[in-house]
Amino acid sequence: MGESLDGVKGKRVVFVTVGTTCFDALVKVVDSQEVKDELLRRGYTNLLIQMGRGSYLPTKSTGDDGSLAVDYFTFSSSIAEYLKSASLVISHAGSGSIFETMRLGKPLIVVVNEDLMDNHQSELAEELAERKHLYCARPPTLHLTIASMDLKSLVPYSPGDATPVAKLINRFLGFPED
Amino acid sequence: MEKHTTCSFSDLSSNLGISCFIAFITIILVRVIYVIYRTGKPLSKRSPQQPLSTLIVLGSGGHTAEMINLLLVLQKDRFTPRFYIAAATDNMSLQKTRVLENSWADSSGIKGISAEFMQIYRSREVGQSYVTSVWTTLVATVRALWLMIKIRPQVVLCNGPGTCFPLCLIAFIFKVTGIRWSSIFYVESIARVKKLSLSGLLLYKLQIADQFFVQWPQLQRKYPQAHYVGCLM
Repeated sequence: MGESLDGVKGKRVVFVTVGTTCFDALVKVVDSQEVKDELLRRGYTNLLIQMGRGSYLPTKSTGDDGSLAVDYFTFSSSIAEYLKSASLVISHAGSGSIFETMRLGKPLIVVVNEDLMDNHQSELAEELAERKHLYCARPPTLHLTIASMDLKSLVPYSPGDATPVAKLINRFLGFPED
Repeated sequence: MEKHTTCSFSDLSSNLGISCFIAFITIILVRVIYVIYRTGKPLSKRSPQQPLSTLIVLGSGGHTAEMINLLLVLQKDRFTPRFYIAAATDNMSLQKTRVLENSWADSSGIKGISAEFMQIYRSREVGQSYVTSVWTTLVATVRALWLMIKIRPQVVLCNGPGTCFPLCLIAFIFKVTGIRWSSIFYVESIARVKKLSLSGLLLYKLQIADQFFVQWPQLQRKYPQAHYVGCLM
Protein backbone atom coordinates (compact mmCIF):
# COMPACT_ATOMS: atom_id res chain seq x y z
CA MET A 1 0.00 0.00 0.00
CA GLY A 2 2.45 2.61 -1.13
CA GLU A 3 -0.16 4.90 -2.67
CA SER A 4 -0.43 8.57 -1.79
CA LEU A 5 -2.02 9.21 1.56
CA ASP A 6 -3.76 12.46 0.78
CA GLY A 7 -7.10 13.24 2.41
CA VAL A 8 -7.83 14.46 5.88
CA LYS A 9 -7.18 12.42 9.03
CA GLY A 10 -6.23 9.32 7.15
CA LYS A 11 -9.51 9.49 5.27
CA ARG A 12 -8.99 7.94 1.86
CA VAL A 13 -11.99 8.43 -0.37
CA VAL A 14 -12.86 6.40 -3.42
CA PHE A 15 -15.11 8.52 -5.64
CA VAL A 16 -17.29 6.67 -8.14
CA THR A 17 -18.90 8.68 -10.95
CA VAL A 18 -21.24 7.67 -13.76
CA GLY A 19 -21.71 11.24 -15.08
CA THR A 20 -25.13 11.90 -16.56
CA THR A 21 -25.56 8.30 -17.64
CA CYS A 22 -27.43 5.37 -16.17
CA PHE A 23 -24.87 2.73 -15.26
CA ASP A 24 -26.41 0.51 -12.58
CA ALA A 25 -23.96 -2.28 -13.36
CA LEU A 26 -21.13 -0.10 -12.05
CA VAL A 27 -23.02 1.13 -8.98
CA LYS A 28 -24.01 -2.45 -8.19
CA VAL A 29 -20.49 -3.79 -8.52
CA VAL A 30 -18.84 -1.11 -6.36
CA ASP A 31 -21.53 -1.86 -3.77
CA SER A 32 -20.67 -5.56 -3.86
CA GLN A 33 -18.87 -7.10 -0.89
CA GLU A 34 -16.10 -8.33 -3.18
CA VAL A 35 -15.15 -4.81 -4.32
CA LYS A 36 -15.69 -3.18 -0.93
CA ASP A 37 -13.44 -5.77 0.74
CA GLU A 38 -10.75 -5.19 -1.84
CA LEU A 39 -10.93 -1.39 -1.39
CA LEU A 40 -10.67 -1.78 2.37
CA ARG A 41 -7.68 -4.07 1.94
CA ARG A 42 -5.99 -1.43 -0.23
CA GLY A 43 -6.40 1.11 2.58
CA TYR A 44 -9.38 3.11 1.43
CA THR A 45 -11.82 4.25 4.09
CA ASN A 46 -14.71 5.91 2.27
CA LEU A 47 -16.76 5.11 -0.81
CA LEU A 48 -18.73 7.97 -2.34
CA ILE A 49 -20.93 7.14 -5.32
CA GLN A 50 -22.39 9.58 -7.81
CA MET A 51 -25.07 7.31 -9.27
CA GLY A 52 -26.63 9.51 -11.98
CA ARG A 53 -29.85 8.32 -13.55
CA GLY A 54 -29.53 4.77 -12.27
CA SER A 55 -32.19 3.15 -10.10
CA TYR A 56 -30.04 0.83 -8.00
CA LEU A 57 -29.51 2.31 -4.53
CA PRO A 58 -26.34 1.25 -2.73
CA THR A 59 -26.46 0.43 0.98
CA LYS A 60 -25.31 3.41 3.03
CA SER A 61 -22.89 2.74 5.84
CA THR A 62 -21.15 4.96 8.39
CA GLY A 63 -18.19 2.63 8.53
CA ASP A 64 -18.08 2.74 12.34
CA ASP A 65 -17.53 -1.00 12.56
CA GLY A 66 -14.28 -0.78 10.65
CA SER A 67 -15.92 -1.43 7.32
CA LEU A 68 -15.91 0.92 4.33
CA ALA A 69 -18.08 4.04 4.82
CA VAL A 70 -20.52 4.24 1.91
CA ASP A 71 -22.52 7.25 0.76
CA TYR A 72 -24.16 8.22 -2.52
CA PHE A 73 -25.94 11.04 -4.39
CA THR A 74 -27.50 11.36 -7.85
CA PHE A 75 -26.08 14.53 -9.38
CA SER A 76 -23.96 17.53 -8.50
CA SER A 77 -23.49 20.66 -10.60
CA SER A 78 -19.75 20.26 -10.27
CA ILE A 79 -18.02 17.04 -9.39
CA ALA A 80 -14.65 18.81 -9.31
CA GLU A 81 -14.65 19.11 -5.50
CA TYR A 82 -15.36 15.41 -5.09
CA LEU A 83 -12.62 14.54 -7.57
CA LYS A 84 -10.14 16.78 -5.73
CA SER A 85 -10.81 15.16 -2.37
CA ALA A 86 -10.61 11.61 -3.75
CA SER A 87 -7.63 9.28 -3.42
CA LEU A 88 -8.96 7.02 -6.17
CA VAL A 89 -11.55 7.66 -8.84
CA ILE A 90 -13.64 4.95 -10.46
CA SER A 91 -15.43 6.39 -13.46
CA HIS A 92 -17.63 5.52 -16.40
CA ALA A 93 -15.88 5.81 -19.76
CA GLY A 94 -17.16 9.29 -20.72
CA SER A 95 -14.33 11.44 -22.02
CA GLY A 96 -15.39 14.41 -19.86
CA SER A 97 -14.95 12.52 -16.59
CA ILE A 98 -11.78 10.80 -17.78
CA PHE A 99 -9.94 13.98 -18.73
CA GLU A 100 -11.18 15.97 -15.74
CA THR A 101 -9.83 13.27 -13.42
CA MET A 102 -6.52 12.91 -15.25
CA ARG A 103 -6.03 16.68 -15.27
CA LEU A 104 -6.29 16.63 -11.47
CA GLY A 105 -3.67 13.90 -11.42
CA LYS A 106 -5.92 11.45 -9.60
CA PRO A 107 -5.47 7.69 -9.99
CA LEU A 108 -8.30 6.45 -12.18
CA ILE A 109 -10.01 3.18 -13.00
CA VAL A 110 -12.37 3.48 -15.95
CA VAL A 111 -15.16 0.92 -16.05
CA VAL A 112 -16.60 0.33 -19.51
CA ASN A 113 -20.38 -0.02 -19.79
CA GLU A 114 -20.86 -3.29 -21.63
CA ASP A 115 -24.59 -2.65 -22.17
CA LEU A 116 -24.24 0.30 -24.55
CA MET A 117 -25.31 -0.41 -28.13
CA ASP A 118 -22.50 1.39 -29.91
CA ASN A 119 -19.68 0.77 -27.53
CA HIS A 120 -16.99 3.03 -28.88
CA GLN A 121 -16.29 4.30 -25.37
CA SER A 122 -13.98 1.42 -24.57
CA GLU A 123 -11.65 2.64 -27.36
CA LEU A 124 -10.56 5.72 -25.45
CA ALA A 125 -10.22 3.96 -22.10
CA GLU A 126 -8.23 1.11 -23.64
CA GLU A 127 -5.94 3.47 -25.53
CA LEU A 128 -5.24 5.52 -22.39
CA ALA A 129 -4.76 2.31 -20.39
CA GLU A 130 -2.23 1.13 -22.96
CA ARG A 131 -0.38 4.40 -22.46
CA LYS A 132 -0.52 3.73 -18.70
CA HIS A 133 -2.51 6.86 -17.84
CA LEU A 134 -5.27 4.86 -16.15
CA TYR A 135 -6.63 1.37 -15.54
CA CYS A 136 -9.45 0.00 -17.62
CA ALA A 137 -11.91 -2.59 -16.28
CA ARG A 138 -15.35 -4.11 -16.90
CA PRO A 139 -17.85 -4.50 -14.04
CA PRO A 140 -17.07 -8.22 -13.49
CA THR A 141 -13.31 -7.65 -13.36
CA LEU A 142 -13.23 -4.47 -11.27
CA HIS A 143 -12.24 -6.24 -8.04
CA LEU A 144 -9.31 -7.90 -9.82
CA THR A 145 -8.11 -4.53 -11.13
CA ILE A 146 -8.31 -3.01 -7.64
CA ALA A 147 -6.39 -5.95 -6.20
CA SER A 148 -3.60 -5.87 -8.77
CA MET A 149 -3.23 -2.15 -9.56
CA ASP A 150 0.05 -0.39 -8.91
CA LEU A 151 -0.76 3.32 -8.81
CA LYS A 152 2.88 4.33 -8.80
CA SER A 153 3.31 2.87 -12.28
CA LEU A 154 0.70 5.24 -13.74
CA VAL A 155 2.08 7.89 -16.08
CA PRO A 156 0.79 11.46 -15.52
CA TYR A 157 -1.21 12.76 -18.48
CA SER A 158 0.04 15.97 -20.02
CA PRO A 159 -2.94 18.01 -21.28
CA GLY A 160 -3.45 18.39 -25.00
CA ASP A 161 -3.36 21.51 -27.09
CA ALA A 162 -5.87 22.93 -29.57
CA THR A 163 -3.50 25.36 -31.27
CA PRO A 164 -2.60 23.00 -34.17
CA VAL A 165 -6.29 22.83 -35.15
CA ALA A 166 -6.70 26.59 -34.77
CA LYS A 167 -3.65 27.17 -36.97
CA LEU A 168 -4.95 24.95 -39.75
CA ILE A 169 -8.40 26.56 -39.60
CA ASN A 170 -6.91 30.07 -39.76
CA ARG A 171 -4.65 29.14 -42.65
CA PHE A 172 -7.54 27.57 -44.55
CA LEU A 173 -9.65 30.69 -44.15
CA GLY A 174 -6.84 32.96 -45.29
CA PHE A 175 -6.25 34.67 -41.97
CA PRO A 176 -2.66 35.82 -41.46
CA GLU A 177 -0.48 33.67 -39.21
CA ASP A 178 0.51 35.23 -35.92
CA MET B 1 -54.17 10.17 -88.78
CA GLU B 2 -55.49 12.58 -86.15
CA LYS B 3 -54.75 10.02 -83.57
CA HIS B 4 -51.24 9.79 -84.89
CA THR B 5 -50.56 13.59 -84.58
CA THR B 6 -51.86 13.76 -81.00
CA CYS B 7 -49.70 10.88 -80.24
CA SER B 8 -46.59 12.49 -81.70
CA PHE B 9 -47.43 15.80 -79.99
CA SER B 10 -47.64 14.11 -76.61
CA ASP B 11 -44.42 12.30 -77.50
CA LEU B 12 -42.82 15.64 -78.19
CA SER B 13 -44.03 17.26 -74.96
CA SER B 14 -42.98 14.31 -72.86
CA ASN B 15 -39.61 14.37 -74.63
CA LEU B 16 -39.32 18.04 -73.78
CA GLY B 17 -40.21 17.30 -70.17
CA ILE B 18 -37.65 14.57 -69.97
CA SER B 19 -35.02 16.80 -71.59
CA CYS B 20 -35.71 19.61 -69.13
CA PHE B 21 -35.54 17.15 -66.26
CA ILE B 22 -32.27 15.70 -67.51
CA ALA B 23 -30.83 19.20 -68.01
CA PHE B 24 -31.90 20.16 -64.49
CA ILE B 25 -30.35 17.07 -62.95
CA THR B 26 -27.18 17.61 -64.97
CA ILE B 27 -26.86 21.21 -63.77
CA ILE B 28 -27.35 20.11 -60.16
CA LEU B 29 -24.84 17.28 -60.58
CA VAL B 30 -22.25 19.54 -62.18
CA ARG B 31 -22.74 22.01 -59.35
CA VAL B 32 -22.44 19.27 -56.71
CA ILE B 33 -19.24 18.04 -58.35
CA TYR B 34 -17.91 21.60 -58.46
CA VAL B 35 -18.72 22.13 -54.78
CA ILE B 36 -17.07 18.84 -53.84
CA TYR B 37 -14.06 19.84 -55.97
CA ARG B 38 -13.85 23.21 -54.21
CA THR B 39 -14.39 21.66 -50.77
CA GLY B 40 -11.10 21.36 -48.96
CA LYS B 41 -9.45 24.05 -51.09
CA PRO B 42 -8.37 27.00 -48.93
CA LEU B 43 -10.22 30.28 -49.39
CA SER B 44 -8.09 32.68 -51.37
CA LYS B 45 -10.12 35.56 -52.77
CA ARG B 46 -11.02 37.01 -49.41
CA SER B 47 -10.10 40.13 -47.53
CA PRO B 48 -8.15 38.71 -44.58
CA GLN B 49 -9.42 41.30 -42.13
CA GLN B 50 -13.09 40.49 -42.60
CA PRO B 51 -14.64 38.49 -39.71
CA LEU B 52 -16.65 35.39 -40.48
CA SER B 53 -20.01 34.44 -38.99
CA THR B 54 -19.46 31.14 -37.25
CA LEU B 55 -21.76 28.32 -36.30
CA ILE B 56 -20.52 26.19 -33.40
CA VAL B 57 -22.27 22.87 -32.94
CA LEU B 58 -22.13 21.64 -29.36
CA GLY B 59 -22.53 18.11 -28.14
CA SER B 60 -22.93 16.87 -24.61
CA GLY B 61 -20.28 16.59 -21.88
CA GLY B 62 -16.97 15.61 -23.40
CA HIS B 63 -17.77 17.04 -26.84
CA THR B 64 -18.41 20.50 -25.38
CA ALA B 65 -15.25 20.41 -23.29
CA GLU B 66 -13.23 19.71 -26.46
CA MET B 67 -14.99 22.47 -28.39
CA ILE B 68 -14.36 24.97 -25.58
CA ASN B 69 -10.65 24.10 -25.68
CA LEU B 70 -10.67 24.94 -29.39
CA LEU B 71 -12.67 28.15 -28.91
CA LEU B 72 -10.19 29.31 -26.29
CA VAL B 73 -7.39 29.44 -28.86
CA LEU B 74 -9.39 30.83 -31.81
CA GLN B 75 -9.28 34.60 -32.32
CA LYS B 76 -12.62 35.99 -31.18
CA ASP B 77 -12.49 38.98 -33.56
CA ARG B 78 -12.07 36.74 -36.60
CA PHE B 79 -14.88 34.35 -35.83
CA THR B 80 -17.77 36.68 -35.13
CA PRO B 81 -20.73 36.72 -34.69
CA ARG B 82 -20.89 33.28 -33.13
CA PHE B 83 -23.97 31.07 -33.12
CA TYR B 84 -24.08 28.15 -30.73
CA ILE B 85 -26.40 25.23 -31.32
CA ALA B 86 -26.90 22.41 -28.83
CA ALA B 87 -29.36 19.58 -28.44
CA ALA B 88 -32.65 20.51 -26.75
CA THR B 89 -32.00 17.82 -24.14
CA ASP B 90 -28.65 19.32 -23.24
CA ASN B 91 -28.80 22.52 -21.18
CA MET B 92 -25.32 22.17 -19.73
CA SER B 93 -23.45 22.82 -22.97
CA LEU B 94 -25.18 26.12 -23.77
CA GLN B 95 -24.75 27.14 -20.14
CA LYS B 96 -21.02 26.46 -20.27
CA THR B 97 -20.50 28.40 -23.49
CA ARG B 98 -22.64 31.27 -22.16
CA VAL B 99 -20.30 31.52 -19.19
CA LEU B 100 -17.35 31.50 -21.62
CA GLU B 101 -18.87 34.22 -23.83
CA ASN B 102 -19.71 36.37 -20.79
CA SER B 103 -16.13 36.10 -19.54
CA TRP B 104 -14.86 37.25 -22.95
CA ALA B 105 -17.32 40.14 -22.98
CA ASP B 106 -16.18 41.16 -19.50
CA SER B 107 -12.49 41.01 -20.32
CA SER B 108 -12.83 42.91 -23.59
CA GLY B 109 -15.07 45.52 -21.96
CA ILE B 110 -17.46 45.51 -24.90
CA LYS B 111 -21.10 45.63 -23.94
CA GLY B 112 -23.39 43.11 -25.59
CA ILE B 113 -22.04 39.79 -26.75
CA SER B 114 -21.75 38.86 -30.41
CA ALA B 115 -23.08 35.40 -29.64
CA GLU B 116 -26.44 33.69 -29.94
CA PHE B 117 -27.56 30.42 -28.40
CA MET B 118 -30.04 28.04 -30.02
CA GLN B 119 -31.38 24.55 -29.52
CA ILE B 120 -32.01 21.70 -31.91
CA TYR B 121 -33.41 18.18 -31.66
CA ARG B 122 -30.99 15.33 -31.57
CA SER B 123 -30.82 13.03 -34.57
CA ARG B 124 -29.93 10.15 -32.29
CA GLU B 125 -29.88 9.82 -28.52
CA VAL B 126 -27.11 7.74 -26.97
CA GLY B 127 -28.31 4.14 -27.08
CA GLN B 128 -31.10 4.72 -29.63
CA SER B 129 -31.31 2.18 -32.45
CA TYR B 130 -30.21 3.14 -35.94
CA VAL B 131 -33.64 2.23 -37.38
CA THR B 132 -35.67 4.72 -35.31
CA SER B 133 -32.94 7.29 -35.72
CA VAL B 134 -33.97 7.63 -39.41
CA TRP B 135 -37.22 9.32 -38.34
CA THR B 136 -35.71 11.42 -35.58
CA THR B 137 -33.01 12.57 -37.99
CA LEU B 138 -35.75 13.82 -40.35
CA VAL B 139 -37.46 15.85 -37.62
CA ALA B 140 -34.11 17.27 -36.55
CA THR B 141 -33.39 18.23 -40.16
CA VAL B 142 -36.54 20.39 -40.52
CA ARG B 143 -35.71 22.31 -37.36
CA ALA B 144 -32.08 22.55 -38.42
CA LEU B 145 -33.11 23.95 -41.84
CA TRP B 146 -35.10 26.72 -40.18
CA LEU B 147 -32.20 27.73 -37.93
CA MET B 148 -29.67 27.52 -40.77
CA ILE B 149 -31.77 29.79 -42.99
CA LYS B 150 -31.67 32.34 -40.18
CA ILE B 151 -27.93 31.99 -39.49
CA ARG B 152 -26.38 31.27 -42.92
CA PRO B 153 -22.91 30.79 -41.37
CA GLN B 154 -19.64 31.27 -43.23
CA VAL B 155 -17.81 28.89 -40.93
CA VAL B 156 -19.16 25.71 -39.34
CA LEU B 157 -17.25 24.18 -36.43
CA CYS B 158 -18.30 20.81 -35.12
CA ASN B 159 -16.78 17.93 -33.25
CA GLY B 160 -18.89 14.88 -33.43
CA PRO B 161 -22.33 15.01 -31.83
CA GLY B 162 -25.16 13.49 -33.91
CA THR B 163 -26.72 16.95 -34.21
CA CYS B 164 -23.94 18.15 -36.46
CA PHE B 165 -24.67 15.99 -39.49
CA PRO B 166 -27.99 17.61 -40.53
CA LEU B 167 -26.46 21.06 -40.00
CA CYS B 168 -23.43 20.26 -42.14
CA LEU B 169 -25.63 18.73 -44.83
CA ILE B 170 -27.70 21.92 -44.95
CA ALA B 171 -24.54 24.03 -45.11
CA PHE B 172 -23.45 21.86 -48.05
CA ILE B 173 -26.83 22.34 -49.78
CA PHE B 174 -26.46 26.10 -49.26
CA LYS B 175 -23.12 25.84 -51.06
CA VAL B 176 -24.64 23.89 -53.95
CA THR B 177 -27.60 26.25 -54.34
CA GLY B 178 -25.47 29.36 -53.93
CA ILE B 179 -27.32 30.57 -50.81
CA ARG B 180 -24.11 30.77 -48.82
CA TRP B 181 -20.55 29.52 -49.25
CA SER B 182 -19.22 28.14 -45.99
CA SER B 183 -16.16 26.32 -44.73
CA ILE B 184 -16.95 23.26 -42.67
CA PHE B 185 -14.46 22.07 -40.06
CA TYR B 186 -14.97 18.78 -38.33
CA VAL B 187 -12.88 17.62 -35.38
CA GLU B 188 -13.53 13.97 -34.57
CA SER B 189 -14.04 13.50 -30.85
CA ILE B 190 -11.09 12.40 -28.74
CA ALA B 191 -13.23 9.41 -27.73
CA ARG B 192 -12.80 8.01 -31.25
CA VAL B 193 -9.52 6.17 -31.39
CA LYS B 194 -9.95 3.41 -33.95
CA LYS B 195 -13.26 4.11 -35.70
CA LEU B 196 -14.96 7.31 -36.82
CA SER B 197 -18.34 8.23 -35.37
CA LEU B 198 -21.36 7.90 -37.67
CA SER B 199 -21.45 11.69 -38.22
CA GLY B 200 -17.72 11.74 -38.86
CA LEU B 201 -17.85 8.83 -41.28
CA LEU B 202 -20.68 10.43 -43.28
CA LEU B 203 -18.96 13.82 -43.45
CA TYR B 204 -15.70 12.17 -44.46
CA LYS B 205 -17.12 9.81 -47.09
CA LEU B 206 -19.48 12.39 -48.59
CA GLN B 207 -16.63 14.92 -48.61
CA ILE B 208 -18.81 17.52 -46.91
CA ALA B 209 -16.18 18.70 -44.44
CA ASP B 210 -13.58 21.08 -45.83
CA GLN B 211 -11.10 20.02 -43.21
CA PHE B 212 -11.39 16.87 -41.18
CA PHE B 213 -9.31 16.57 -38.01
CA VAL B 214 -8.61 13.48 -35.93
CA GLN B 215 -6.95 13.30 -32.52
CA TRP B 216 -5.31 9.87 -32.77
CA PRO B 217 -2.67 8.73 -35.26
CA GLN B 218 -4.42 5.37 -35.78
CA LEU B 219 -7.44 7.14 -37.27
CA GLN B 220 -5.32 9.24 -39.60
CA ARG B 221 -3.68 6.09 -40.98
CA LYS B 222 -7.13 4.67 -41.67
CA TYR B 223 -8.54 7.89 -43.11
CA PRO B 224 -5.64 9.49 -44.98
CA GLN B 225 -7.51 12.67 -45.97
CA ALA B 226 -7.86 13.57 -42.30
CA HIS B 227 -5.41 15.85 -40.52
CA TYR B 228 -3.87 14.45 -37.34
CA VAL B 229 -3.74 17.25 -34.77
CA GLY B 230 -3.02 15.51 -31.46
CA CYS B 231 -5.25 15.60 -28.43
CA LEU B 232 -7.41 18.64 -27.72
CA MET B 233 -7.97 17.65 -24.10
